[in-house]
Amino acid sequence: MDIGLTHYLIVAAILFTTGVAGIIINHKNIIVILMSVEIILLAVNINMVAFSVYLGDLTGQVFSLLILTVAAAEAAIGLAILVTYFRNRGSIDVDDINTMKG
Amino acid sequence: MYTAIVFLPLAGFLIAGIFGRQMGPRPAEVITTTFLMISALLSWVAFAQVGLGSAPATAPVLANWITSGTMKIDWALRIDTLTVVMLVVINTVSALVHLYSVGYMHEDPHRQRFFAYLSLFTFAMLMLVTADNLVQMFFGWEGVGLASYLLIGFWYEKPSANAAAIKAFVVNRVGDFGFALGIFMLFALTGSVSLDHIFAAAPGLAEKTVHVFGMDVNAMTMICLLLFMGAMGKSAQFLLHTWLPDAMEGPTPVSALIHAATMVTAGVFMVSRLSPLFETSPDALNIVIIFGATTAFFAATVGLVQNDIKRVIAYSTCSQLGYMFVACGAGAYNLAVFHLFTHAFFKALLFLGAGSVIHAMHHEQDMRRMGGLAKHIPITFWMMTIGTFALTGLPLTAGFFSKDAIIEAAFVAHRPAALYAFVMVVIAAGLTSFYSWRLVFLTFFGKERWAEDAHDAHGHDDHVHAVADDHAHDDHGHHKLEPHESPNVMLIPLYVLALGALFAGLLFKDYFIGDKMSAFWKQALFFGKDNKVLEEMHHVPAFVALVATYMMLIGLAVAVWFYIFSPDTPRKLAEQHRPLYLFFLNKWYFDELYDLIFVRPAFWLGRLFWKGGDGRIIDGLGPNGISARIDDLAGRVVKLQTGYIYHYAFAMMIGLAAIITWFMLGGVH
Repeated sequence: MDIGLTHYLIVAAILFTTGVAGIIINHKNIIVILMSVEIILLAVNINMVAFSVYLGDLTGQVFSLLILTVAAAEAAIGLAILVTYFRNRGSIDVDDINTMKG
Repeated sequence: MYTAIVFLPLAGFLIAGIFGRQMGPRPAEVITTTFLMISALLSWVAFAQVGLGSAPATAPVLANWITSGTMKIDWALRIDTLTVVMLVVINTVSALVHLYSVGYMHEDPHRQRFFAYLSLFTFAMLMLVTADNLVQMFFGWEGVGLASYLLIGFWYEKPSANAAAIKAFVVNRVGDFGFALGIFMLFALTGSVSLDHIFAAAPGLAEKTVHVFGMDVNAMTMICLLLFMGAMGKSAQFLLHTWLPDAMEGPTPVSALIHAATMVTAGVFMVSRLSPLFETSPDALNIVIIFGATTAFFAATVGLVQNDIKRVIAYSTCSQLGYMFVACGAGAYNLAVFHLFTHAFFKALLFLGAGSVIHAMHHEQDMRRMGGLAKHIPITFWMMTIGTFALTGLPLTAGFFSKDAIIEAAFVAHRPAALYAFVMVVIAAGLTSFYSWRLVFLTFFGKERWAEDAHDAHGHDDHVHAVADDHAHDDHGHHKLEPHESPNVMLIPLYVLALGALFAGLLFKDYFIGDKMSAFWKQALFFGKDNKVLEEMHHVPAFVALVATYMMLIGLAVAVWFYIFSPDTPRKLAEQHRPLYLFFLNKWYFDELYDLIFVRPAFWLGRLFWKGGDGRIIDGLGPNGISARIDDLAGRVVKLQTGYIYHYAFAMMIGLAAIITWFMLGGVH
């Protein structure tokens, strides 16, 4: 069986949906949300790389590397925020974080 | 000179009123009092020139006030004999009251304000009496009403003083309503408010009728009655009298100046000034005489049983004003003004004397807590006695000439109600004598009732006490009460007024009502050609001429018996005739009646409009309603903000999905 563009796109779509579901359904831990965000970014990356190969244009792959870098930085900052948040509040449960409640 | 007479008090008011705070009380007192003294002296000069001499009556125009269509109103000073008589009365009493107040108010921290108001009052009153048109008269009329309001409520910390001030203002508005309607109607019929024009037009209108409320009414009668309504309000006549006794909440010099000598006589002045109008309507004069006589009798009965020294004198004033209106109603305007003139002296004397007693007793006004003061404050005692002599009409004192003449005039008046008026004023003369002597005996003779309960005296009357405390906490300690004679600055006005009370009648009788009458009055008053009251007065039967003196002696005898020889009798009599006693003590229940008929419905209506109309309907549907709805809505929107990250994320997803769906289904072309 040939692995074509469609398959890549399907994998990316599954990953994306998993990420979104992880954000919405997860009620436990904010780290899981961060991880879900990473998964969504990776899904996008897969799309980028797949289209880059399919179209023979390297720009997409360059962009995916850029996104990986930004995602790493973002994950680092997100974790750092989480650590200070845990120090201040003693909990990183998603259900406890509702200071914005009206 | 006339301008100076009228505007010096205004200058005093402006200086004391605007700069009083900076310059302190003493300069304010000195300036206002000096100005008034000058004004008073000039008034006597004017009186000598215009009244006694032969200076012509003038009406110099000062400035234009209003010009609108055919209506032209000027500021003018009408100077004729009637005006100069009023000038003399007003400025003399006012100057003496200013002087007296320097002593009486010396503990009050707001003296500048007090003196400013006094001068303002004097100015407004002078504008009233010098008016050459009805609108300027109305200006002065309202001006004195305002000053009266301010002065009654001078001790504004006292709730009762505020209530009395509002009452005086509101009751006067009722009368002013009639006065204003009268002016409107005169303008509608004559096309002018200037006195000369109106007087010229009045005889032509005597037979004219107007159609009002489906009836044909004589125009002049209606105008005169409307104008008289204004006079009733200002002069505290029967039905509109309720404010005057309450006005005694003000400081005593105010009562002497405004509520005895000058302002309350404005109604009498107005009727006399407008005598050419009233002379055209015998019906209106008949009403005037009825109201005057009823007031004279009614107020005298109430005066019999009052215990507050100032209230007794207030009812006495009310009663004497009734006498003046009887004279007006009988057509003897000069007699009314003569009584006004003499009354100003002895009533101001009585009030200032009462103020001296109150001062001596440390702001105690209840006569039941006085007694035996004659040997403690002998000068005040003698001054009060002179005032009482003049009021009751002891022969040769001021009241003897004017009051007895009014009784004679009532006897010969050609009015349907003349007999009623005569009987009423004769009875009232006896009652006057009784309550006046009762006041003197209760205050100055008998046991020293203040000695045993001096301490209670301060505690029992809360409002009096509060005020006494306010401006007297230093030297009026709660040590034993020692009545003390007033300082000279308060006694000198008493001496001057006592001279007036003794001799004003004797000296000026010939000019006001005697042989030199026509030379004195000139054209100031108008007597219709059928008006023969003044000649007929000299031919009354002997008993009529003497009845006033008899009544005076009877009243005196009864008072002596009741309060000197047999002090138990009044109490027994009061117990035997308890309903009558209570009826008099409660002032014929007029306050309660008015409360029931007018005050409560007015409050009810006001509350209805306030709570129901404004609160519920306008505010409820308007501003408050809209803001409440927005508040509700916002409350619901706020609930959408749960604060959970995944809810926000979900919302974003849904939004994203919705936008993408829209794109894909061809939303964009």
